[in-house]
Formats: sequence, C-alpha cells, structure tokens
Amino acid sequence: MPDANELLQLVPKAEGKQSMKDFKSDQEVRWCPGCGDYAVLAAVQGFMPELGLAKENITFVSGIGCSSRFPYYMNTYGMHSIHGRAPSIATGLATSRRDLSVWVVTGDGDALSIGGNHLIHALRRNVNLKILLFNNRIYGLTKGQYSPTSELGKITKSTPMGSLDAPFNPVSLALGAEASFVARTVDSDRKHLTSVLRAAADHPGTALVEIYQNCNIFNDGAFEVLKDKEKAQEAVIRLEHGRPIRFGTDDAKGVVRDPLTGDLEVVTVTEENQSRILVHDAHNPSPTTAFALSRLADPDTLHHTPIGVLRSVERPVYDSLMSDQLDAAVEQQGKGDLAGLLAGNDTWTVVG
Amino acid sequence: MTSQVSSPAGKTDEADEALVGEQRVPQLGPEGATEKEIRRLDRVIIRFAGDSGDGMQLTGDRFTSETASFGNDLSTLPNFPAEIRAPAGTLPGVSSFQLHFADHDILTPGDAPNVLVAMNPAALKANIADVPRGADIIVNTDEFTKRPMAKVGYETSPLEDGSLDAYNVHPVPLTTLTIEALKEFGLSRKEAERSKNMFALGLLSWMYNRPTEGTEKFLRAKFAKKQAIAEANVAAFRAGWNFGETTEDFAVSYEVAPASQAFPTGTYRNISGNLALSYGLIAAARQADLPLYLGSYPITPASDILHELSRHKNFGVRTFQAEDEIAGIGAALGAAFGGSLAVTTTSGPGVALKSETIGLAVSLELPLLIVDIQRGGPSTGLPTKTEQADLLQAMYGRNGEAPVPVVAPRTPADCFDAAMDAARIALTYRTPVFLLSDGYLANGSEPWRIPEVASLPDLRTRFATGPNHELADGTRVFWPYKRDPETLARPWAVPGTPGLEHRIGGIEKQDGTGNISYDPANHDFMVRTRQAKIDGIAVPDLEVDDPADARTLVLGWGSTYGPITAAVRRLRAAGDTIAQAHLRHLNPFPGNLGEVLGRYGRVVVPEMNLGQLATLLRARYLVDVQSFNQVNGMPFKAEQLATALKEAIDA
Repeated sequence: MPDANELLQLVPKAEGKQSMKDFKSDQEVRWCPGCGDYAVLAAVQGFMPELGLAKENITFVSGIGCSSRFPYYMNTYGMHSIHGRAPSIATGLATSRRDLSVWVVTGDGDALSIGGNHLIHALRRNVNLKILLFNNRIYGLTKGQYSPTSELGKITKSTPMGSLDAPFNPVSLALGAEASFVARTVDSDRKHLTSVLRAAADHPGTALVEIYQNCNIFNDGAFEVLKDKEKAQEAVIRLEHGRPIRFGTDDAKGVVRDPLTGDLEVVTVTEENQSRILVHDAHNPSPTTAFALSRLADPDTLHHTPIGVLRSVERPVYDSLMSDQLDAAVEQQGKGDLAGLLAGNDTWTVVG
Repeated sequence: MTSQVSSPAGKTDEADEALVGEQRVPQLGPEGATEKEIRRLDRVIIRFAGDSGDGMQLTGDRFTSETASFGNDLSTLPNFPAEIRAPAGTLPGVSSFQLHFADHDILTPGDAPNVLVAMNPAALKANIADVPRGADIIVNTDEFTKRPMAKVGYETSPLEDGSLDAYNVHPVPLTTLTIEALKEFGLSRKEAERSKNMFALGLLSWMYNRPTEGTEKFLRAKFAKKQAIAEANVAAFRAGWNFGETTEDFAVSYEVAPASQAFPTGTYRNISGNLALSYGLIAAARQADLPLYLGSYPITPASDILHELSRHKNFGVRTFQAEDEIAGIGAALGAAFGGSLAVTTTSGPGVALKSETIGLAVSLELPLLIVDIQRGGPSTGLPTKTEQADLLQAMYGRNGEAPVPVVAPRTPADCFDAAMDAARIALTYRTPVFLLSDGYLANGSEPWRIPEVASLPDLRTRFATGPNHELADGTRVFWPYKRDPETLARPWAVPGTPGLEHRIGGIEKQDGTGNISYDPANHDFMVRTRQAKIDGIAVPDLEVDDPADARTLVLGWGSTYGPITAAVRRLRAAGDTIAQAHLRHLNPFPGNLGEVLGRYGRVVVPEMNLGQLATLLRARYLVDVQSFNQVNGMPFKAEQLATALKEAIDA
C-alpha cells in the first residue's frame, strides 16, 4: 500500500473521534429485508470513522436503482441523482471542490447500462472519485429484468426464453477503460470489504470497487458459490499484493502463465510448477496481467473469481491537473483582470 | 424610400436598394481629376463569398475589425456550410460573410449587398440572386475557367455572355496577381495562392478607405511562428490595396464617416454574440464572487463559448469538455451543488439530451445556466444556420411540471447583459435558467460600449451557514427545503459546511425537510410551489416604443430585434404608425405584458419558427396574435418584414 495519498490531505480532518453512529442519517432504511445492501451500508458506515475525515466534507452521489438510495442513509452531504449520471455529477463536484471526498454509489444497471459512457470516461480521466459498484446481476428496482452483468440465457420477466446478451465483466471493463484502481469484493465478507474500501479511499484518482451483492428477491444466491465456505475454497481467488496467487483447499491450486500464449491458467500446485506460480503485483504499471486475472472467472459458474485489489497504480489525477492549469494560468498571465478582458486590444472612443 | 447614398438627412437606413452607379454624385478631389475620386456614402453592405477553404470568414472578420476601429456602426452576418471543407468549387461549399457599415446607427447586416466579392464561379452563382442590379461585383477571373464553371452549371462564362450586364462587374485575376506579388517569397504556387483573400481584402480596404495597421499587426501575430507566411500575407494585402489605387478599373473609392453621432460617449469595441456571452459569464461569476464552472460538449454554433472560456483559466474558470451532452450538464450540476456558478453550453440537439438533468436541477433547486445557441432543427437540422425554434423546448421540454425561466438576448452585444441577467435569476431563485441565443447572434457582431466594471450589478448570494429551523422540542436543525418567504428560494448549503449535512435528489421531497415523500398533498403543494417560485421572478416591465398611438403592435423576442426595429423605422419614415416591443423574458413574462397586448387592435409576432411565442401568448392571454414566420436558416430581411407589417397595419 502506498502512503496515504496526498489528495486525501486536502480534505479536512474530523475534529473529534467519530463513531459509526455519526454516519447514520435519521432516515429509515428501506431496502428489502435480507438485501445485501444492508451489509455494504454497515461496512461503509463502520469504515468512515477510520478515515477520520470531517463528515461535512464527504459527499455521496448516486444514480437510480436500489443501491442508489444509499446517500439518504449516510449522514454526510449527498445527492440521489438520475439514472446512470452519478459519475458525471460527481466529476463536476470533485473537480470544482478538491477539499471534498466524493463517493459514487451505483449498480450494475446504473453504471454499466444506462451510465456506461460516464463510467468509462471517469475512469480514463482518473477523477478523484471512489465508485462503489453494487453488482447483483439483475435489475431490482424495476422488478427483475436481466442486467448487463446477467449471465447469457438468464430467464427473467423480459427474457422468458433466456437473455441473448453476453454479460460485461465489470473488472475487465474498468481495466480496459484505463482505470488506475480496480478491486472486487463481496457484500457478506465485512473484513474483506472494509480492507478494499480502505485501499480505495487511499487511492489518488478514480477507484472502482465492484461489490458482489445479493438480491434476495430477484436473483437470490447469485454469488452463493463465492460465499459458501466449502465451495468458495475452489471458486474464490483471493489476491494480495506481493503474495503468490494460490487458492483452494490447502492452497492446492495456483495461477501460472502459459509460456506459449502468455495467458493465465489455473493449475494444481506441484513441486515442479511451484516456482512458476504468479506473485500478485497490484502496482504493475501494465494492466495486462490484471486483465488476464479478471478473465479467469467463468461468467456462468463464477468459478475462479479473483477478489481483492486487482490494480492500484498512480497516474495523474484529473482534478489536480485541472487545478494546476488554473495556477499556471495565473502565473503566466496574472490574475484575471475583468476590465482588461472586456476592453480587449482594439477599442475606439466616442466623445460627446 | 430615399437613396442611401450621400443623404445625411435621409437616414432611412436598411433601405435595400442597390448602391446604384448613376446615383453617385461625383466629387472632385482637391487636386482635380488627376487624383482618384473619393465619394462619401452613409452606408455600405459588402459580401465576401468564396470556397470554404478560401478564408472568407477571416477576410470578413478583418474587414470588420478595421471598420470597427474606424468607428463606423456595423453589423455582420457570417454564413457558412456545416461541412469543414465541402468539395472545392461546388455550391454547397460556398462560404460568405456579409458586413453592413454606416456613419449612423444600423440594426441589421443589411438585406442586399452593394458589393459582392466572388472568389469563384460557385460563389457568384450562389449569391447573385441576392445582389441588386447596379451593384458592384468583383470576380476572381482566374477561377472562371471551363471546369469550375461547368461544376456549377455555367455553360458559358457569365463574365462574357452578357448575363451580368446589369451589374458593375470588375474582373480581377486575383490569383495571378497574388502569385505575381509574392514571387520573391520563394513560396510554392499553392502556398502563394492562399493569400488571395488578403489581396481581395487589400483591394476592398482601399475602395472603402479602411485603416490597414490592424490587419498587418494581426497577420504578423497570427503567423508569428511562420514569418515568411506572415510577410507574404502582408505583401498580398498591400498589393491588393495598391492594385485598387493604380488600376483604371477602379476609378473611385468611397468613404463612410465614423458614426460618431450615433453612439453615446464611451469606449467601444466590436464584439460577437458568443464572445459577449462568454464575457457575461465571466463577469457574472466575478460579480457573484463565485468560481465559474462550464461543463460542455462541443456543438455548433455554441463551441466558441467553450473555446473562449477555456482561455481564461486565470479568472478561476474551470472548463470541462465532457464525454457527451449529458455529462456536460451533469458536471455543471455537480459543480453547482458544490457552490460554483455553473453553466452548460449547447444547441438544440444537446438540450434534448440534457432534458432529464434539467428536470433534476428543477427538483434540486440549484442555480444552473443552460445556454442554448439555437440552430435550424429538428434533429441535426442546419447546424450553421439560425432559428428560434427551441423556445417551446426550453419552456416545456421536460417530464412533469418543470418550469424553467427563459431569457433571450436581442443583439450580439446584448448577450453580455442577458448572461448576467440569467445568472442573477439562477442565483437569486436557485433554479436552472435557459439563455436562448441563436446562430445569428452567436456569430454576428456589432460595436459594444464597454461597461465600467464598477457599474456591473452585484450578484453576490449567501450560502447557508447554520440551522434555519427550530423543531417543536427546541432543537435547531437545517431544513434544505425551507424557503425564503419572498423569493421562495431554498437555502444553498454547500458541502463542507459543518452541521448542514443533507441529502437531495430527484424523488419528490417533503416540504421543508427535503426528505423523500410520496404524500399526495405534499406533491401537489411542491409542484405548485416550484411553479409559483418561477412565476414570482422579478422581471422588468415590457417597454413599448409607440410615439404615435398606433393600433398595431409588433412584438418580438431574441435576435429578431434588429430586423424588426429596422422595419419599424422604415414604416415610420414612410408615415405609418406602428408600436414596437421586444421580450427579453419569455418565462416569466413581464407583469404588464397582458395589459400591453390588450392595448392594441392588432399584434404581429415575427419569429424564426412556426409561431412558438405566438402559441404561448394565445394560450396565456387569449389574444389573437398574428404570426409572421420564416424558417429558412437566415435572419429576417428588414424590407420583407416592413412589407408584412405594412399589410397588417393596412388590413
């Protein structure tokens, strides 16, 4: 983990000690009982005191969807905006107010369908935003249509004969969109979720955190294979920077690179191949291996799903560049003089 | 109508009669016949026309700058295709620039040119219908060869077949002369040829006795990094001037005296609508003591505002070129939430995409300026041509009851004041505001009396700093939707203010607390309150110019001000009585509008649409207004309007 990022220093610190309670708003939480969103909300509220930022300098911006009600439950500044547009609104806020910690809460439909364009452009610009993408692989608020992350052939109300759409892999998409920070975590694993939030908060620039979240009404058990203790052994690949990528019962499996194709593959670890087991490097400037890791997961069964921080690299942050240009302009041209601007260089005088 | 030539008394400007040769009264120069004669004119309309790549816009701009610094009143009409470089030599590729300048105040770029400069056969063919008989036509004969003529359907040369006999044609081999003038510069033929527009500019500058220093300075600055090109252009410009002075074909040059009588005292500059609008935004931010934030996506004819604001980062202006129109306004709205004076600039198609976010801004009640530089529609329509057909889109183009104030500038320079006024409304009432300019205002230019910064209005507004409500138990709390009783504006509490943490959103809010509410009575109340807030915006009464108790009123809005006023002057000069009024505020309307409309037996509303303001007036005031409409992508011509108004008066 790099040192706490410089941009975070621009956000004022809380004066006293904060607790989880400080971040709970007075609004009644209205998600369906048993929704995975509760767990994420609790994790975020629980994690905020650790950040220690003045809560008036924290803003949550969301779009439309179940997860997008999130800001109403945070006792910070917040905006529940319109479908898909949260990244653009948050971009305006973050680029004009570097003293704010700006978080976007979105879902798979909001971020990847109607708002796909804004998401990829926020990522490529590297605006200082923390984007929490709640992925439940279904449309919940509109009552159960397939989403852009639903598996091919999914039977839903709008696809009675099965969905014809090949799904997005949000992590692959983010990596392709030049994201500087990409992580994946699971709603029910509080400890892992919190550790990923911590890394995201520390990241200067756009951090995309995909959170697998269970919709117990319309897509219950979608991530069961990753949550069930036994099944998860084989399904989940926990990535930790600097550690060999091994998983399975007794870490019996590992990830190696095929020397011929350069692609990654899962192998049973043996004495011969042990030295070839890939060591996870989240800070690798090249996104190639992170992308290859993201492709290990089977979109249907979710087997070999990597979780953790896939990529965390530093590159120039849009807000800082914009701010630097303003400073440079003042340095080069002096502070703006309105009278001079209005007059221009070519005037004439009419005398009475 | 009297002639516009040498008629200091008869200031019936905008007369579209040609500057007919026979009307010129010769004035012998002091040296007698040996020196070229100079004649005085009170106004002239010139049109430069050529291929898109011929630099006609630049030529027009330079002539305009020279004319402005000379002190004439002026009005311009750039007219160009949407294609960057349509196929060379074709009719769709013709680009033109019309300039009207005078020794008195004028209101339009003029109906018909007195002089047409045609750089090729296509330019001649595309423009000749607008040129009245007797006018001067300067043609580049080098381009009148078989192929270029055939391309536009000239079977015989119009220069030789007698079809231009009614005009005063000056055949000039502009290309050859330019290449000849530049032969010592070591440029390729192609490079040298490019300066032919400067040769033409030099010739016209001589014809109308324009100052030349500005253009030479401009060229040297423009090509500072390519000195040879700079000097070649200066040389071509001078060669054009000298050609006029020496050749016998141009026996006379003209003078149009500065319009010193027409202007109040002050310092003036020439300014286009988009530039004035940009300056208005910067000035508004300064007067509001807020940072300016522009979220925008390039679109014709609004992009120049994005370009201009991007140049002024030293004023603390942040410009964000977004991935699309929606993100442009999204970013602006986010910046507004954060306490910036936020703006998005676009044209009609962009407004369509922004509609949902405008609705959100209505619901969030945050200040936001939406600048719509209208162009021909629907859909992509006519990107480079003007129209006023977005009025109803601005008024109603959203789901639900989503009232938005609408402000429209009337002339290019007025875009400055209109932008400041729109900012005033947005900041005072915490609302998105439409600023409806159009392509004609955006690209057209006129002299502008530069305002004293100290005289600009104070637009400062207050952010909320503490609780504004006391609960029954005595607790002091902050309610984001507790309104100012006078303006009905809600408090603007920006993130970073301790104790005022709150959440806002597009779902209906409970009055006062701003919490989500689906309560039927509350929704009814909120819808009516949002409407009441917009209806209650303070706008000045409509002023009516009616010196002679007319029965007919002509009422316009936006950029039709120039042509309508010119038409009204003509009618009055001819002895007709007509009243004139012009709306800046389309929503809410001025409080006295109903009373004004009721005063007149007949109300004529000219619009560059199919009657959108007329529809609003009929619905609101039950007045049988009469529409006069034109949707050909061009501004009204004064003569055509005068005829229509005359018919209304006489009906």
